[in-house]
Amino acid sequence: MRKTILTAALLCAAPAFFALPTLAETVNGLRTVDEFDGIEDQTERSVALFSEMMAVIEHPRCLNCHPVGDTPRQGMDMHPHVPPVVRGDADFGAPGMRCNTCHGEENFAFSTGEGSIPGHSPWQLAPIEMGWVGKSASEICAQLKDPARNGGKDMDALHEHNATDGLVGWGWEPGKGREPAPGTQEIFGQLTKAWIETGSACPEG
Amino acid sequence: MTQVLSRRNFLASSAGLVISMTLPLAARAQSGAAAAFQSGATDEASFAPNAFVRVAPDDTVTVIIKHIEFGQGPFTGLATLVAEEMDADWSQMRAENAPANDELYKNLAFGMQGTGGSTAMANSYMQMRKAGAAARAMLVAAAAEDWGVPESEITISKGQISHGSGKSSGFGALAEKAAGLTPPEDPPVKSADQFVLIGTDLPKLDTRAKSTGTAIFTMDVYREGMVTVVVAHPPKFGATVASYDDSAALEVPGVQAVRQIPQGVAVYATSTHAALRGREALSVEWDDSAAETRSSAAIFEAFSKAASEGGKDAEMLGDGAAGIDGAAQVIEAEFRFPYLAHAPMEPLDGVIEVREEGAEVWMGSQFPALDKPTIVQTLGLSPESAQLNVMLAGGSFGRRAQDTAHFAGELAEVAKAAGGPGSFKLVWTREDDLHGGYYRPLTVHKMRAGLDGDGKLTGWEDVVVNQSIMAGGPMAQMMQDGMDPTSYEGSTKMPYDLGNVRVGWAQQESPVSVLWWRSVGHTHTGYATEVFLDMVLEAQGKDPVQGRLDLIREDAARDRGVLEKVAEMAGWDGTKVKGDKAYGVAVHESFETYVAQIAEVSDAGGYPRVHRVWCAVDCGVAVNPNVIRAQMEGGIGYGLGSVLFDEITLADGGAVLQSNFDNYRMLRIHEMPEVTVEIIASDADPTGVGEPGVPPIGPAVSNAWRALTGKSVTELPFLKTMEA
Amino acid sequence: MVSFELNGKDVSVDVPEETPLLWVLRDELQMTGTKFGCGIAQCGACTVMLNGMTRRSCVTPVSMVDGSSVTTIEGIDGPEAEAVQAAWEGLDVPQCGWCQSGQVMSATALLMEIPKPSDEDIDNAMAGNICRCATYVRIRKAIHDAADKLEG
Repeated sequence: MRKTILTAALLCAAPAFFALPTLAETVNGLRTVDEFDGIEDQTERSVALFSEMMAVIEHPRCLNCHPVGDTPRQGMDMHPHVPPVVRGDADFGAPGMRCNTCHGEENFAFSTGEGSIPGHSPWQLAPIEMGWVGKSASEICAQLKDPARNGGKDMDALHEHNATDGLVGWGWEPGKGREPAPGTQEIFGQLTKAWIETGSACPEG
Repeated sequence: MTQVLSRRNFLASSAGLVISMTLPLAARAQSGAAAAFQSGATDEASFAPNAFVRVAPDDTVTVIIKHIEFGQGPFTGLATLVAEEMDADWSQMRAENAPANDELYKNLAFGMQGTGGSTAMANSYMQMRKAGAAARAMLVAAAAEDWGVPESEITISKGQISHGSGKSSGFGALAEKAAGLTPPEDPPVKSADQFVLIGTDLPKLDTRAKSTGTAIFTMDVYREGMVTVVVAHPPKFGATVASYDDSAALEVPGVQAVRQIPQGVAVYATSTHAALRGREALSVEWDDSAAETRSSAAIFEAFSKAASEGGKDAEMLGDGAAGIDGAAQVIEAEFRFPYLAHAPMEPLDGVIEVREEGAEVWMGSQFPALDKPTIVQTLGLSPESAQLNVMLAGGSFGRRAQDTAHFAGELAEVAKAAGGPGSFKLVWTREDDLHGGYYRPLTVHKMRAGLDGDGKLTGWEDVVVNQSIMAGGPMAQMMQDGMDPTSYEGSTKMPYDLGNVRVGWAQQESPVSVLWWRSVGHTHTGYATEVFLDMVLEAQGKDPVQGRLDLIREDAARDRGVLEKVAEMAGWDGTKVKGDKAYGVAVHESFETYVAQIAEVSDAGGYPRVHRVWCAVDCGVAVNPNVIRAQMEGGIGYGLGSVLFDEITLADGGAVLQSNFDNYRMLRIHEMPEVTVEIIASDADPTGVGEPGVPPIGPAVSNAWRALTGKSVTELPFLKTMEA
Repeated sequence: MVSFELNGKDVSVDVPEETPLLWVLRDELQMTGTKFGCGIAQCGACTVMLNGMTRRSCVTPVSMVDGSSVTTIEGIDGPEAEAVQAAWEGLDVPQCGWCQSGQVMSATALLMEIPKPSDEDIDNAMAGNICRCATYVRIRKAIHDAADKLEG
């Protein structure tokens, strides 16, 4: 695992991080749990851990398939999916145009040009109650803790999902031509666990 | 590292197979289009009165079509002309592409074999009718001789030849006898009131094969031992190969060879996939010293500056632009049109089979008259030893009408570099297509109009700036005094009496290759003139329809006719905005076909949504109204998608930004408006319909959008303006 | 070696496993009704049925269809396919024809799931199939006609 020093200059570009230490060690842009050990107050630490989890949650690799409407997004600019597709009754597209009309079991590199088409089994949209696009950290946090809006998961199951689910894990193995989510799924799982153990506090706002 | 290759190292293994010609695959592919359309017919015609008609013993009549079929309908349209004059039954008609042969199959409008300028119907109308009439006369003569009755007593209806005595026959039974007769020099043709088939919605001859996947296109040709070739082309226009390293490419299973050709570096492989993987593994250094390195933005700035300088006179009427400067009100707009790729659904492709004694080629050749000589010259063959089979093509929109024969040239170079006999299929990918140039020229129109204190026009000026399509190619000889009318056609000879008019043209140079794109100059002149006119009419407080009708010249009755018709169809009452919808109109003639359209547009979150389009067209005699409606529908969709979404953009440094349909968007079904078409009844000679449906849709939508939002869209595509 | 059922017949091909099904169908099996238009699942010209559902063969590694059933335009049958093709003929839908195999496959799949599709159903099912000739007016009408015919 390679750690890099996130410089103060970079942090300055992201106002949200001003409150945090100006030097932090990250793995692919995600801080590990030990980076938060210095925060004495448990609730504050929990909120900080969740804020770190948001770096993953808000990454287009994750957010693009957690739309609040019927259309998935694509790309770092999160433009509407091209070709146009709809959620459908089972979050799996419409008759004649299912997710797996194009997406396969694995990422597949294009042979005619740059890039690849992402794939995983299953490949589908997050249910609409799990939509995140445009929501604040506070709202997403509350949503994640609510079994009615997290796929019926208790906190253990939520951790399990974040730490081991294959489709979640795709975010770090997104295929040729696509920027992976920050960090690793392992760190994301550890952050989730630590957040839960510190009381799964949510940011205000 | 470059490598000198011997012909042995990749052809040796397959050459033995290649030379043997009587193969099942060969038979299937060889007939090309014919295989798809000749069900039940035999190739052994017993009666071929001329180069266009073959009657088989089983009664089928095959019409040899000298124009390439890529959806615009010449198979059906030209066969209709023959069937009409033969009094054939439509069910016995077949169509087949003519091979390359200038002498027999030249376009009478061009003097050489080729399709373009929406001329297929116009130049063939009398020729094909005469061909059918000759066949009919010979069948009648044969029947008269056989039955011992006067020719004048013989009638033909729905393919049945009959006589009052009760004698009757199909065409096939009399074909052999007819074949022994001398064709009449100048057989009479029907008058319009005698038409039985012309003017009716006959089903298209190619529909079934295209609905069942059995139609054979160029890419569907498979020859025994055939090698698939893809070429690494320079990423910038005008760049050339400096050096290349093919060691990794040659490691790819199935890759047989890599060769440098003038167009780039060619990878030869046993399959398309292997060829593509080989190309991916290729490493090429390009020499950019002669390349276009300007961005589109920089090119626009340069063209805009040239526009300010006025250009050369392309048209001067009255006092030209003299009255604009001192006018009470001056209206100005600079219109910017990007490069556009045609993007036919079947990317460019071709198959060439080189034999010891010559070569045979299969391709969707739109200019056989230019493609074949290019192949022959490149390979050092005699014209007689080469055969070019014109194939069905998966769209063209101008892309296959190559005055430089660049694709045929590349195909021949691929075969030449292989160094010996063999079959080669050259395939361009979509990325090759969008990066490959031959675009609709990037164009600037600088438009000005003056109004006096009473709101009366004092002058109209339209300065067009773009590259010439014709210059530098064989078509350059058609230019007069260094002027290329395809650069500004439609800006000149407008149907309106605008009093004082100046149209200027400033020719620009760039290594970016340009080509005619469905309706050519009209793609931009139609938009610039009809949007600007709408702005002027608005400044004058005039209604878009009545204002145009007031301006249309006395002698422009057909422009007037389609405009009045479309206004009636759409129920135009002078209200541009009704509820959340707005209406815009445009009228534009191209290729002597007159089209007016009204678009109904709403604002869908900052973008125009086009709900309905009404279209009136006057193309003379409507040979097949069904095909005409289809071309108007398709032209509207093609034009609309381009106006809304498309631009080929050169980034800083000159590389093309777009690569495939994800970033060069095609109109999709949910974006297609309802279209209602009416055809003006006419007995004028028929004119083309492949292109003229395109020009009016952009300005009609733009005029509606301005009515709805107050915003003039002067820079295309809409998407760019919306996102700015 | 990859083995699958193609239009009801068992076939085996010996090609690299990442080879797109599209090129296996065309180059190896000479089933040319399935067309190449983009190579990146944007245009739908290469649409086939994989185990009864539409699938873009240009982004399908042939290894993925091992043991599966593939149907191409050459092999589709049944009331929906027949109704679609009859409607295509009735309205003379195709122009250049290159995309139409894919259009017919998607339309057939739609009708197999929704016998009486709305315009929105048609948009949803067909928006992945590009027709550069823009025959969309007739595609829509033909699907409605086919549905009417199926309803009898």
